[in-house]
Parts: sequence; structure tokens; C-alpha cells
Amino acid sequence: MVERRRFGNLIPHLILWVGIALVAFPVYLAFVASTQDNAAIANGQMSLLPGDLFFETYYKTLFVGTSGSTREPVGTMLFNSFVMAMAIAVGKIAISILSAYAIVYFRFRFRMAVFWLIFITLMLPVEVRIYPTYKIAADLNLLDSYSGLTLPLIASATATLLFRQFFMTVPDELLEASRIDGAGPVRFFKDTLLPLSRTNIAALFVILFIYGWNQYLWPLLITTRDDMQTIQIGIRKMITTSDALTEWPVVMATAVLAMLPPVAVVVVMQKLFVRGLVETEK
Amino acid sequence: MQKQAVFQSRLLPLLLIAPQVAIVLVFFYWPAAQAVWQSFLLQDAFGLSTTFIWFENYQDLLRDPDYFNSVVRTFVFSAAIAVCSLSLALLFAVMADKPLRGATAYRTLMIWPYAVAPPVVGVLWVFMLNPSLGVLAQGLRNLGFDWNPLLDGNQAAALVILASVWKQISYNFLFFLAGLQAIPSSVIEAAAIDGARPVRRFWTIVFPLLSPTIFFLIVINVVYAFFDTFGIIDTMTRGGPAKATETLVYKVYLDGLLGGNLGGSAAQSVILMAIVIALTAIQFRFVERKVTY
Repeated sequence: MVERRRFGNLIPHLILWVGIALVAFPVYLAFVASTQDNAAIANGQMSLLPGDLFFETYYKTLFVGTSGSTREPVGTMLFNSFVMAMAIAVGKIAISILSAYAIVYFRFRFRMAVFWLIFITLMLPVEVRIYPTYKIAADLNLLDSYSGLTLPLIASATATLLFRQFFMTVPDELLEASRIDGAGPVRFFKDTLLPLSRTNIAALFVILFIYGWNQYLWPLLITTRDDMQTIQIGIRKMITTSDALTEWPVVMATAVLAMLPPVAVVVVMQKLFVRGLVETEK
Repeated sequence: MQKQAVFQSRLLPLLLIAPQVAIVLVFFYWPAAQAVWQSFLLQDAFGLSTTFIWFENYQDLLRDPDYFNSVVRTFVFSAAIAVCSLSLALLFAVMADKPLRGATAYRTLMIWPYAVAPPVVGVLWVFMLNPSLGVLAQGLRNLGFDWNPLLDGNQAAALVILASVWKQISYNFLFFLAGLQAIPSSVIEAAAIDGARPVRRFWTIVFPLLSPTIFFLIVINVVYAFFDTFGIIDTMTRGGPAKATETLVYKVYLDGLLGGNLGGSAAQSVILMAIVIALTAIQFRFVERKVTY
């Protein structure tokens, strides 16, 4: 504190409270709407306090689904989203850590060529090559499958670069030491490098899980069957029918359920989240 | 930079890189190459014959007023989203950087919207501002404001920008806060001893020291406005009314959905790729100059 304030820190506190209210209000409203009667909401007579239909709405959302627009219950969608997010996070980490290991700890022909091949994919999101990728996925018979949902999204360089950077900081003495102990490349990776990378893996996992969970455009194209929908796609289909038919409590319950897992990850694993975010963007 | 101590093996490194190289080749280079190749081709209406036409697809695209409007619109959206979310986030970050009671709780309560998916953001805001039943829309109408984003293009654009800003504040806040905390307090104390008041200290010391973070965030926010707004637009307005919210990415999506002009659609993808590569290059140049997080 550089100087003494007459009113203490009243103004900063006030401004931050306004900020928090600003970001929280839409979500609060969604929760409130999810506990109320659809007729009241459709008439524009929604109360700003929670109603008493919490269990009814969430039961219906999770296990039954809307009566009109989507036939699948949200439970199935949650499962699909979860599988997709996990596969993207685990798959990307696995292939990246292996290739980074090869690039840092081995000398082989075309090493730099491979590095650049992977490096160039950095930051070119799937959105810019969406239809050609779709066509390839269709040719490979990957439509409506978990591999089709995840594989194209695993093809990017961020994680590889991150592991490469980290491996470069690992002192050479560790490798010398384990070599003296008679460890080969597989042993060194498993017993030394992997344990050292634990925090990096965890941080990356948090970011990639959120990234995978929140994917939208790719699943929108690649899934046609109702039972392969992720929750982000499901929620869009719920509001496509005309205003009067939209079951807003169910839509809002779905919105709450869709944001619950990633938000929980951010709040509970905040340290890892911040670390992962800062390091992947560097 | 290279490691001195390495393993000697021929086969193992190739096995290790194989999965990633395979995926990158199949799902990245192959489609990208196809997009570039197709953008030079003209396909007849039945898809039976194709002709190589060099840059005609690009020329057609650049002459198309719809495309031109979409380019302008996308840049206006990017600018509006970047300016609004950066200034709000900076304000909140400066406040949260003060030694306050409950500072960590404030941080948690500010950053969680990062995890909310764009389509969900779209649904939340459409619900609040739906002209017939939205809580905020009713408030606007009571104030005598004729709110109807379903008919008024400017209002629809404002709606999309508002929702995008809401989501992006958390990300910018996090990076601003990290940037602020990296500024040594001795610099600020020295200025205070010289008699600089808080506002002056902010603009002459804190803000310039924060400029690498600001620059980094501008690039990130533009990329965000280009790509991540897709989910928001798709749930809120679907590009309408009358194309008022049709950004470049959304246009690629819609044109592809309609089918037809394959070459033109590929040319659009290639232009988008070029924009992203340019943005990435700008960002890398700046990362080279060592940013302080």
C-alpha cells in the first residue's frame, strides 16, 4: 500500500462487486428459470427468485429430455461430452509427450523437419479447414463415432511445444545418472521424465478437458445421430423450435448442467488451470 | 538450443513420433492442402468435371459485396469485442491487484466464465434479451427503448458483441492480473515518493509496463472474435437478421452447408487460414521480445 486512503478500499471492493454481479447475473437467471414453470416464463412473468420445480425439471432434463425438439435425454449428452473431453485431453497429452520426447532426446534424420511439421499446426484452429476435414472424416467412415469427434481436434501442436520446452529445462545430469544405472530410453522416460512432468501434465489436462468439453462447430458437423450429440449441440437444438414451444426451464437446466463440469474444474483446480492457461498461450 | 546428452537409437524415435505425425498429416495437412487445391478449381453444377482456373475464385470472392461486408463486419466485431472486454477486464484487474481482503475469492469469482462454452453463453444471453420474455428486454422496453434484435440488425450485432464480451472478460482479467502482479512495487513506490498521484502513476508507469500483455491480449481477442464467437452467433442469431451478424467463419459454415460453390468455399477457408497465420506471426514476433506474465 503506497498511500493511506480516507475510505479504505471501499471503491475497489465496490467495483469488484459490480464486476462479479455482472458475470454472475446471467447464470443466476438461468438457474432461477430452471426451477420455474414454463408458462410463467413464456408469459414474461418470471420471478427473480428460485421456484420450487428444481427436482422435477432436472429429473426431466437428465433422464427424459424435452417433449418436442430433442428426443435424447441430457444424461446421454453429458456422457458423450465427457467421453469426448477425456479422449481429447488424454489423447493429445499422450501423443504430444511421446513426440516431444523423441524430438528432444534423440537425434534422427528429419528431426527438425518433423518439429516444423508439428509446429506449423499451432493456432490454426479446425474452423478454418472445416469442410475439407469433414470430407476426410466422412471418407474414413468416422461420422457419428467417438474417434471422428476427437481425432481431428487432437491434431495440434500446443502440447508438444509445451513438453518440449519443459524437457529442455530438465538437467542433463539426470539422463547421465540413469544411464550409469543402466536405464535405457524407455526406462528413463517412465521412471524419471514422466514423474517430473506430473504438474505439467495435470495443468495441460485441465485446459484440454475444458477445451474438449466446450467444442461446438466440429461436433455440430460430425454428429447426425441423436444419441451421439454432445451437450453443446443438444442445447442448440432445444431452442430452434419457435418461441412458444421452447421449454425454457429444460433449456436453462441443460445450460446449467453444460457449464457445471468445466466451471467446477476451474474453481477446484484453479492453480493448475491458471498455470495451464498461461503456459499453453506462451 | 539442443540437448547434449541424447540416446542413440534409430527406430525408437520414429515410433514415438509416428502417432502425432500421422494425425497431423491426415487431419491437418491433407485437408489444408485440399482446401488450397480446391480454391483454384471450378466445378460444374453436377460435380462431373472440374477446371483449373487459377485465382478466379478469389477474384469472385473479393468482388462479392456480401463477402466484403462480412470482412468489414468481422473486423468491427473484433474491434468492439477487444476494446470493451479489455477495458472492463483492465479496470477489474487493477482493482483486484490492490491489497484487498478476500483478493483470492475475487479472482475466483471473476475467472470462472472462461469455462462456459460459447453456445451456452449464447443461450444465456438470448434468454435475458429475448424480446418477448427476456427479463432485460422487458426492462429496456419499460425504459421506452424499442428492443427487437430479431428484426433490427444493429441490435442483433450488439447482442452478439455483448455476449462475447461477457465471456472474454474472465480471460483478459486473468492475464492482466498476472501482468500487474509482475510489476515491481519499488517502481510504483518511487513514483509515489516523487509525488505522482495514483491516476498519473497508472498512466505513466503501470500502463506502459503492461503494454506487452495488452498487445498479446489484443491478438488473442481478435482470434477469439474470429473463431470462438461461432457458437454464440449460432445459438443467438444464426447470422441474421439479413446477415447482420454473419462473420467470416459463420459465412464459411453457411455457404458450405448450402453446398454448391466448392471452390469459392475453399477460397474462403484459405483466406481465413492466411489471416490466422498472419496473426500468429505477429504474436510470435512479440513473444520473442520476452513478455512478463
